[in-house]
Order: sequence, then C-alpha cells, then structure tokens
Amino acid sequence: MVNSITIEISEEGDIVVARQKGRSIAKNLGFSVVDQCRIATGISELARNIFLYASTGLIMILTLIENNRMGLEIIAKDMGPGIPDIKLAMLDGYSTSNGLGMGLPGTKRLMDEFEIISETGAGTEIIVRKWLN
Amino acid sequence: MTVPIIKLGDNLIITIQTEMTDDMAVEAQNKILSRIRETEARGLLIDLSVIDVIDSFMGRVLNDTAMMARLMGAQTVVAGIQPGVAVTFMELGLKMKNVYTVLDIEQGLELLKSLE
Repeated sequence: MVNSITIEISEEGDIVVARQKGRSIAKNLGFSVVDQCRIATGISELARNIFLYASTGLIMILTLIENNRMGLEIIAKDMGPGIPDIKLAMLDGYSTSNGLGMGLPGTKRLMDEFEIISETGAGTEIIVRKWLN
Repeated sequence: MTVPIIKLGDNLIITIQTEMTDDMAVEAQNKILSRIRETEARGLLIDLSVIDVIDSFMGRVLNDTAMMARLMGAQTVVAGIQPGVAVTFMELGLKMKNVYTVLDIEQGLELLKSLE
C-alpha cells in the first residue's frame, strides 16, 4: 500500500466528492475509462448506503501493490445498524429503503473482489477491490 | 445549481451540465414535470453527454422521470450516454424503460420530430 485517502460521509454532497476522488485516483493509476466509471459508480453506491442506512461513515481509498500488480481498494465503514441478513442484502432487487435493491449486488459485479462484514447494532464494513489489468 | 430547461417547439431540451447530487436530480425531475405542464410539451430531450456516473439512484430517477413524463403525454429521448456509463448501467443490473436513446442532441431532435 503506497497511498490512501479517507472521505467522511455525512451529507449527500459527500457521495459526489467520494466518487470524484475515486475516479481521479483510478485515472492516475492508469485504469481504463470504463474501469474508472465502474470504480466511481461502485463508490457512489457504497457511499449512498452509508448515508442512507448509517447517516455517517467513512470511505477509504487505498492503492494496492501485490505480486507485481496494482489495484485499488475501497473500504466503506460505518457504525450504523448493520445488515441483519447479508444473503438477502446481496439479492438483486431486495431493499429495505424502498430503493431498487441493486446497490450491493451491482457493486459486486462492477468490482473484482467484494467482502462484507456486518454486525447488527455495530456497523458495516464493505471492502471492494479492482485490479489493474 | 439548477438544471436549465429550454423550450424548442413542442419539446423541452434539458442539458445536464454538471454532476448531480441526489437532491439536485429529484429537484430537476420536479422542475421538468412542471415545465411539461406549463408548456404542454410532447417531448423531452435529456442530454447526458457530460455525465460520467449513473448509479442505481440516478438510473431510477431517470426512469421515473421518463415514466412520469409519459403519463403526462410526453416522450423522453436520452442523448449522449458515454460508453463507460452504458457498461456500468448494464452491470449494475439497471434497465432503461420508457426511454428512446440516441447518440447526440442532433439525432434526438430528429427523432422527436419524427415522433410528432
């Protein structure tokens, strides 16, 4: 890891700030325009989830170097209510906020790696990674 | 920051000029619907050529706006979707409903004319 940036999510405009930062870091790392779009969109979904379900939280963007390859890791962390049923939350079309229910499963499809750790009442941490080809 | 809406004949032209927050998108939706009512517009042309992120929320607002416009008798044409946006839109699992799509504003105007 050579670089990291943390964006606090506490108001709606922070969602835009987070995805713009993510895109600019992805661009500097050499990600294709389409991958930049995937990364920015994924960050947007994760940041909105924080805002919607936990009100406040953090988006951390880290540069990864591993076995001669480079990548981007995004950690979305909040101390909100947590996700009671992760399997259900990962189903296309399932939403508890009257949304489309595409946020989490969609983000998983946009990224190369996706991990979710959540405890009811303690918060949620979602880690996604995208590798540079 | 408001979204400019230009009346051209029976149509409304909306060029999104900046990245939008969720609130701005919902506000633009309301404004577009009021303008349809005021102007009795038959068509909407929404230019998204500078937009480089359409996430699930923005996708929903876009679809909803088109559906609402249709309920009011106006057709929606979306112009200028970037390649990366098209790819992520599909991968997110979003669907475009009630919307005609074209490459740019020029094609959009032609299409609206043919729909009249």
